[in-house]
Amino acid sequence: MSRALKRTMSRAHPLWLAYILHRLSGLGLVLFLPLHFWVLSLALDQAAQLDGFLALADLALFKFAEFGLVFLLALHMFGGLRLMALEWLPWSSRQKTLAAAAVAGSFLVSVSFLVQAI
Amino acid sequence: MTDNRFDFRLYMLQRLSALLMVPFVLVHLGVMIYAIRGGLSAAEILGRTQGSLAWFAFYGTFVVAVSVHTALGLRAILGEWAGLRGKARDGLSVVIALMLLALGARAIWAVTMGGSL
Amino acid sequence: MSQPVVPSRTRADGEKLSVTLERGGPDGASYRQTFDVPAYDKQTVLDVVSWIQQNADPSVSYRFACRVGMCGSCAMMVNGVPRWTCRTHVSKVAKGGAMELAPLRNLPVIKDLVTDMDAFFDKWGAAEARHHPSQTRDDPIAAIDPDSPERQIADAAIECINCAVCYAACDTVAGDPDYLGPAALQRAWTLYNDAKEADPEAVLDAVTAKGGCHSCHSIGSCTAYCPNALDPVSAIAGLKRASAKRFFGARKR
Repeated sequence: MSRALKRTMSRAHPLWLAYILHRLSGLGLVLFLPLHFWVLSLALDQAAQLDGFLALADLALFKFAEFGLVFLLALHMFGGLRLMALEWLPWSSRQKTLAAAAVAGSFLVSVSFLVQAI
Repeated sequence: MTDNRFDFRLYMLQRLSALLMVPFVLVHLGVMIYAIRGGLSAAEILGRTQGSLAWFAFYGTFVVAVSVHTALGLRAILGEWAGLRGKARDGLSVVIALMLLALGARAIWAVTMGGSL
Repeated sequence: MSQPVVPSRTRADGEKLSVTLERGGPDGASYRQTFDVPAYDKQTVLDVVSWIQQNADPSVSYRFACRVGMCGSCAMMVNGVPRWTCRTHVSKVAKGGAMELAPLRNLPVIKDLVTDMDAFFDKWGAAEARHHPSQTRDDPIAAIDPDSPERQIADAAIECINCAVCYAACDTVAGDPDYLGPAALQRAWTLYNDAKEADPEAVLDAVTAKGGCHSCHSIGSCTAYCPNALDPVSAIAGLKRASAKRFFGARKR
């Protein structure tokens, strides 16, 4: 590890990790978006091309990448909501922890219901 | 408001575009989980979206908010991590926003209106 | 029965600390120099630097005054982390008998461990972090209820000693030279909530100008490393809240 990275890591703490995850997930989504838009616009020329791509999407590697993107999106959204609550809501840190736990819990429950329903 | 409030107004735009996107992201995630069951096909996607003004409005608004939010986030990163300042940073951010907007608009047109022409 | 005589402060095993200083000035390239320093049972990081300067190399430059955590002049990077060295025990921070000391991050170096703190203090002014009087000396002293919620918020940060540990800890300061930084913004928040402050809107004007509170990403390193356990990141959040409210038309008074 370079000395600069080592020093950065020596200053790391939980909120810093939340910050770096938010920034890196945002960057990841930025890189993905143009590709995502391009794939969808294939439908404009011919649906067969889009189907060809979607067949590719069945591959394990793509499945993994897709899961990663959904994960990045969820991470970035909840990280962002955390940030907005921290900045704009005059709550105590205990109230914020409880709210975050409630949101995360309800998200897990609703996703599991959705996955079971379909 | 004076001009030196520019960055603060961008901050508000960043936060408001984020709040606007929360319901969009939740619906998008829901549709995605629903859509991938049994594999994806162009016919299935287009069958759902083609000719639908509702999906056009939904994803249209989403793409505008995404382009603004993304460009503002990158603007901060370009300043802090790439050391860009002033007009170079603002100009590049605007170019990124317009590029995303154009690509996004083309994608939405393709899946909602394009095929029906 | 006579006990073996051990000097009251030095360690019986004669152990040494290996202390590496980052040295140099603005003109020469910085270099690292390692010193062996006798280990003591109760020893602060500042004690170690003073030992080096007094016994090993009198040309080592560093800054301190009170040695009791009041003056805020002895902060340095200790193993990459900003700390007040006079109240930091070596036993808490040394790793395997070794320690790395460097000048405070995010400030230009004058020489060795001494930084130029002008930018840090100038930003207090830029944040309008100074009192605008609401009365003159001829008026009776205003009665302030110390238990009122507003006073509690104003009181939260008054123990700041201007040591710049938060400024050195902040990654946003590192990336954005315009950013006013945690200490100046925290003081602005204190003034904004002070019942004796005549112009809280001027304070908000200053902290929503270029480099103001909106530049903060709530990383929280300021709060994590403040030696006085203050909470600048929450103070900055307060400024963001107040200025966002004002954006939608609300005024304080």
